[in-house]
Amino acid sequence: MAFSVAAPTPTAEPLRDPARAARWATVMLVAVLLWPLLVWTEFEPWQLFDARSLKSTARFLVAFVPPRHDGEFLRLMLAETWRTVAIATAGLTLAFLIAMPLALVSTARLSVSSLGGRMAAAPFVLRQAARWAAIVLRSIPELVWALVFVRVVGLGPTAGVIAIGIAYGGMLGKVYAEILESGDAGTTQALLRNGAGRLQAFLYGTLPQCSTELVSYTVYRWECAIRSSVVLGFVGAGGLGQQLDNAARMFAGGEVATILLIFVALVAAADRLSLWLREQLG
Amino acid sequence: MSSTLLHETPPSRGKVWLLLACLLALIVASFWSLDLRWAEFAAPDARAAMVKFGASFFPPETSAPFLRKTGQALLETLAMSALGTLLAAFAGLLLALPASTAHADDPARWRPPVRLLLNALRSVPELVWAALLLISAGLGPFPGTLALALHTTGVLGRLFAESIENAAPGPAFALRVRGVGAGATFLYATLPQVWPQIISYSLYRWENNIRAAAVLGVVGAGGLGQMLSYHLGLFQMRETSTVLIGMVGLVAAVDALSYLARRLLGR
Repeated sequence: MAFSVAAPTPTAEPLRDPARAARWATVMLVAVLLWPLLVWTEFEPWQLFDARSLKSTARFLVAFVPPRHDGEFLRLMLAETWRTVAIATAGLTLAFLIAMPLALVSTARLSVSSLGGRMAAAPFVLRQAARWAAIVLRSIPELVWALVFVRVVGLGPTAGVIAIGIAYGGMLGKVYAEILESGDAGTTQALLRNGAGRLQAFLYGTLPQCSTELVSYTVYRWECAIRSSVVLGFVGAGGLGQQLDNAARMFAGGEVATILLIFVALVAAADRLSLWLREQLG
Repeated sequence: MSSTLLHETPPSRGKVWLLLACLLALIVASFWSLDLRWAEFAAPDARAAMVKFGASFFPPETSAPFLRKTGQALLETLAMSALGTLLAAFAGLLLALPASTAHADDPARWRPPVRLLLNALRSVPELVWAALLLISAGLGPFPGTLALALHTTGVLGRLFAESIENAAPGPAFALRVRGVGAGATFLYATLPQVWPQIISYSLYRWENNIRAAAVLGVVGAGGLGQMLSYHLGLFQMRETSTVLIGMVGLVAAVDALSYLARRLLGR
């Protein structure tokens, strides 16, 4: 009698997924739940394919090739690219100036009164106030700040710089405080207990532990600020975004193509630079 | 980060000073080259105008029909973000398949071009997509939804592709040597492993997209943003104020919910 390894016998009917009923039921349920979303968002993809819209899309896309590349236009774009970077840098500098005091005030670790148990009432209220100030500044998107400030100071980079400064100031303030709280509290508290001032305890106890993380987060936010400074251009804060908005309104496909290419290159370059900087400092 | 790790290779002093000098130069050049009009803030009549401008936001418009309209716009914003994220999750998963190397012998011929496509989708912000889509889709929430979907597809596609490549190869190998086709192998071996990641990345992006959808409308792509730019454009400040409160409330609610969810799930 010969033993043989039983080969898997080819079954007459194809293998079935045992859980198929449940899977299909889930899909159906999701589809039913989705229906209102489709109605609310006026989701009508066929709009894209009616003759008129197809024609205007085609005309716009055909104009993409070749991207506009005459010297005058490229020189203008170079200037606008610099403006975009400059708005982001100036905005982030402003944000840093807003964030650092907020973070210092709201860091509970630097509290002298809490060394002896509970934090006293007045410092507690002050810390919470600073924390909430950061949250409020951050919770209004920078685009909204820009829209409002464009009404106040007029079109131009000022509105963009202030918008990035305020929104990112809140964001940096909140995250800086979190980073400062995350390290080991021992050194800071030892310094405070031995009579060091809060600023000394911060500089020699808290900061050395967190400096790398603080710097790399700031560099990362600078990269984000470049992206958002392009977006702010759409509401009139200058830079590449404003040029892109103008070009799209005039259906100037070639210009749109050039600006998009520059933008993608700029974002990629900022990405690389920020990665490199973080590696250098890390 | 532990402090022992930090001090292993401190950057040299010269390099740090050089970087600081470059940074300072960049900041000075930025402020110098932009024609910033700080003076307008300092002038006394400008300050009076600012105060008047600030005061014009109060009190917010609270008539019932307007509140209903704002509520509808809020729902529209939520719907845009949910549908945009869902579409992006589908498209992202579809694109993540060619964008990942399924196993060691997989030639993955399509990996470089599809990754390039995902990067391109990702590096154009939602708002820019919306502004471009207005040309073919007209005004309203539809181009906004598509814009969110396009940008998010780029983000999620890349994340999904990385999850797929990081999934344990064992189960897929077991099915493949049995002669199971590529599609079924993915569905029954790889997908169950990466499913939790797919869900959590999608939820994370949904959170981001609610915030993005709220402002997307300022170029005319529906939701609260469109109302905001409409009323602000007509200098109807009390209406603007109501819309702003709705927007900030939405963002704050999302932040709070996500914080709570993280706390609950993280325990």
